[in-house]
Amino acid sequence: MTTPLVDISSVSHRFGQHTVLKNVSLTIEPGSYTILLGPSGSGKTTLLSILGGFVTPSEGKVLIRGEDCTAVPPAKRPTTTVFQDYALFPHMSVGGNVGFGLRMQGVDAAARTARAREALALVGLATAFDKKPHQLSGGQRQRVALARALVVEPAVLLLDEPLGALDLKLRRQMQDELKAIQKRVGTAFIHVTHDQEEAMALADHCVVMNDGRIEDEGPPERVYARPATRFSATFMGESTLISGAVTAAEDGTITVATQVGPLSLTGTLPAGTTVALAVRPEHLVLGAAGGAVGFGTAKVSDVVFQGSFKRVLAVSEKDPTLHFIARAPAAAAVQPGDIVAVSCEAGDIILLAS
Amino acid sequence: MRALVRTFSWLYAVAIYGFIFLPVVVLVLFSLQATSFPIPPFTGPSLRWYDAVLADTRLTSALVNSLLVAILSSAAAVALGFLSAWGFARFALPGSGLMRGLITLPLTVSYLIIGMGLLVLFNWAGVPKSLLAAGIGHVVINLPLCFAIIYSQMGDHQINIERAARDLGAPEWKVLLLITVPVMAPAIFAGFFLSMTFSWDEFVISFLLTRFDTTLPVEIWNLLRSGLNPKTNAVGSLVFAVSIVLVVLFELMLLRRKPA
Repeated sequence: MTTPLVDISSVSHRFGQHTVLKNVSLTIEPGSYTILLGPSGSGKTTLLSILGGFVTPSEGKVLIRGEDCTAVPPAKRPTTTVFQDYALFPHMSVGGNVGFGLRMQGVDAAARTARAREALALVGLATAFDKKPHQLSGGQRQRVALARALVVEPAVLLLDEPLGALDLKLRRQMQDELKAIQKRVGTAFIHVTHDQEEAMALADHCVVMNDGRIEDEGPPERVYARPATRFSATFMGESTLISGAVTAAEDGTITVATQVGPLSLTGTLPAGTTVALAVRPEHLVLGAAGGAVGFGTAKVSDVVFQGSFKRVLAVSEKDPTLHFIARAPAAAAVQPGDIVAVSCEAGDIILLAS
Repeated sequence: MRALVRTFSWLYAVAIYGFIFLPVVVLVLFSLQATSFPIPPFTGPSLRWYDAVLADTRLTSALVNSLLVAILSSAAAVALGFLSAWGFARFALPGSGLMRGLITLPLTVSYLIIGMGLLVLFNWAGVPKSLLAAGIGHVVINLPLCFAIIYSQMGDHQINIERAARDLGAPEWKVLLLITVPVMAPAIFAGFFLSMTFSWDEFVISFLLTRFDTTLPVEIWNLLRSGLNPKTNAVGSLVFAVSIVLVVLFELMLLRRKPA
């Protein structure tokens, strides 16, 4: 087995009394696009700062290309960072900004200019070489920051919520470009975000973090379809969560006593285990001609038209603490106050131990 | 009634500005006097007293001394003030609040006390009365000022800019020289020009700490001891003109805001 590009092993970090990372281990493969996804306070930005060398972890090790970089300062490690506020040098031209890293390496002026121009062309800003950062728009500054970090050919590029300051339309556009640029240069990108759509669109490898721990990691398709924990079922896309306990288990079939009555599912958990059943909105079926597993009836509390579909919120009539989140076709005649049967196919239920 | 209030407020404004600027106007006006006494009636305009000032080698060499002391002491004050501001802004130091208070404390102490203290200290240390001693005195009074100006402009948004430079391989001294100093340039120049203004017309410390070569304010004081004549007005007007230039430079530096 080859050594991974980055190997984070058992990293913990405390700020004073407050533990922000709890025994995190993670490996990054060469050429991959990794997303660290989590709410604020989940430790994702601290983990990125540890990778960049701005924070030395309280415990654990960080190996980059097999070398121990745990306490190596940012200037001496093969990583560069795209900061959330871009952190461009306001007194230098765009060309000066992009060439700065090469200048620090002692590359002569002519070679520096050529490579800076090349990097700017890569991000689609070939004409901005002589401009000052304050003459550029937010999206253009973002590209300059990207070019500046890429031109020194880092082993790993770190991006700290790089699209956070852009408006929604520009964010989606930059998102596509980031992915394209990453594929073209082949550098491993590690990108921190709290936007799950961004995560799904960009990641080869998605790492869901919460409360200083990694909750789930894997390809985004897998993390979405089969989340490992309650947290990732609700943070990476929405889910209806039904709690229950296993009452009987035999021959790969378990019976779960839930808020909406006993349900029979495939699974191997022993009797007595408390579980949560998660169902994605697009898998919930509203109306009589439903799926194989019924959840009783529910009263529709809200219908939000979203263009290609309607987002329907409904409260279970058996247990008012249970809220269903479903997706109905745009043409469906469902209205607040309607009583509907809720069901789904057995295979669409995600069984989570809790 | 409204008209009365308006008239009164105009009168008030005229009185205030007259109070502030009339002495200066009189000084400048009678520096252009053609006859030998700076008293009405006005007999000018004439530049003869300016010629007299420029022909007086004691005054011109004092002017050069003053400029030298102002430039060098301000450069020292701004360099030390910048480094201490950077240290306080970027590093968590024990007793940081107390030390910041101590560094700005000389702003509240009278120049006379500082001058006397330095006089006693220099006597004890064997430093002779000289322009150098006066220059050190000016660093003492201007360093807190430079520190306060630069520290107030050193915001958190520059932290990431410095980090980015470090991230791209810059050693610490290059971060300071290539990033922090240029980014802070407006505050640094503002501190420099304000220090120069204060050093330029500072009298008490220069009077106490210089002997043979001295600065312009001390030389003007020598001149005044033999009574008023339009020459003192002329040299006073020159001092005032230089101060105006320095203050304007200071305000241009500090008030000019570049978009980020």
